[in-house]
Amino acid sequence: MTGIQLWFAEFCDLFELCFIKEDRYKLFLSGIGVTIKVSLLAVFIGILIGMLVALCNLSKNKLLKAIGGVYTDVIRGTPSITQLLIIYFIIFASVDLDKWIIAAIAFGVNSGAYVSEIIRGGILSVDRGQTEAGRSLGLNAFQTMTRIVIPQAVKNIFPALCNEFIVLIKETAIVGYVGLMDIQKAGDFIKSATFKPFMPLVGTAVIYYVLIKILTLTLRQIENHLRKSDVR
Amino acid sequence: MIKVKNLHKKFNDLMVLNGIDEHISQGEVVVIIGPSGSGKSTFLRCLNLLEDVTEGEIYVDDELINAPKANINVIRQKMGMVFQQFNLFPHLTIMKNITLAPVLLKRMTKEEAVRKGRELLERVNLAEKADAYPAQLSGGQKQRVAIARALAMNPEIMLFDEPTSALDPEMVGEVLDVMKDLAKSGMTMVIVTHEMGFAREVASRVLFIDQGVVLESGTPEEVFNHPKNERTKIFLSKVL
Repeated sequence: MTGIQLWFAEFCDLFELCFIKEDRYKLFLSGIGVTIKVSLLAVFIGILIGMLVALCNLSKNKLLKAIGGVYTDVIRGTPSITQLLIIYFIIFASVDLDKWIIAAIAFGVNSGAYVSEIIRGGILSVDRGQTEAGRSLGLNAFQTMTRIVIPQAVKNIFPALCNEFIVLIKETAIVGYVGLMDIQKAGDFIKSATFKPFMPLVGTAVIYYVLIKILTLTLRQIENHLRKSDVR
Repeated sequence: MIKVKNLHKKFNDLMVLNGIDEHISQGEVVVIIGPSGSGKSTFLRCLNLLEDVTEGEIYVDDELINAPKANINVIRQKMGMVFQQFNLFPHLTIMKNITLAPVLLKRMTKEEAVRKGRELLERVNLAEKADAYPAQLSGGQKQRVAIARALAMNPEIMLFDEPTSALDPEMVGEVLDVMKDLAKSGMTMVIVTHEMGFAREVASRVLFIDQGVVLESGTPEEVFNHPKNERTKIFLSKVL
């Protein structure tokens, strides 16, 4: 047998050991499920918190502004793993919720701080003349915001928001710390069980990469759709 | 129709309007001229409270509009405004730009608003652009749409803030033509502009504003041919 054939045979053995034997691929499959559901709920919570905090930061009310400011400051100034552990073991210690929901809340609270800055920037990026035109037609401040400013801001913030979504998915790789079996944890587990680090870790990387690639391409499509009105 | 009493406007420490008293009647076409920074745009923007007033009173149809309890959103529906930078809504088609406010503010049903929109686009010679987006239009076309958008609310008064200053020279004419038509139809108009030929032809009255006060007010004939104030004379000698 040549060298390449030898290497290939060894590769197949490793593959079988790490993915097929004892149905280990199922660990990865359920890990993908955990990663996806934590990420999706976290994004949803993050955008919700982000919008509220952005409006707080933009408002003229000093108290709201202060609350928004402290929140963003604290979240940005501490590691996300510390936040996850605090939320899981302290804040939700005596609350009976599924682990993955608590984790999603933790990541959502973290993401909200970054999303709020993205949204605030997006709203400020819309020309003042747009607000003036809306108000001059007799629309009130709320109608002007929802019908004129925010639709334009969405287009401006969409790429940054997608980026935040991708960062968030990768951040969730630390949920193993609170006992959830996501993609990363599945890889770790198989590595420990087989004493072969190569295949499970590279497998983990490939799975994350493919997930994020699919997401990126989908979001790109949506972005192109949003840019329809820019066509000259 | 519009009464302005002792209007002052301060930006921080800079006094921009320094006591303006003015009365604009129905059907008048008032053209405001003056040097840059004289306060003429600020005066116009105070009329629909896009700038808040530091001191003084503004009445529209005998209603004090800068009173704390005045509903400015309702008052603004009586006054259309056209901006130097057009300010069309780039995310909406031309037709949606025009129908947004009348439908949202329940002035018309969607069908009525679209019918009115077609009529107005016809009037500004842009009927074929109803489904285009603002980015696909030239500057002159954008400004004509902006005029149509303001007219869609059936305003009693139209305010124009240097409507041709951001246009390429060959597009100025098409916008001024629309404004001339509008003046002929009897619309009350207040126009800030540097187009002296237009002012002379269309204005029923010309105001010369400098350093935040009205220095001269009269028919185009009086202001352009027989200015009384020294600063008006200097200004006109530079622009005519």
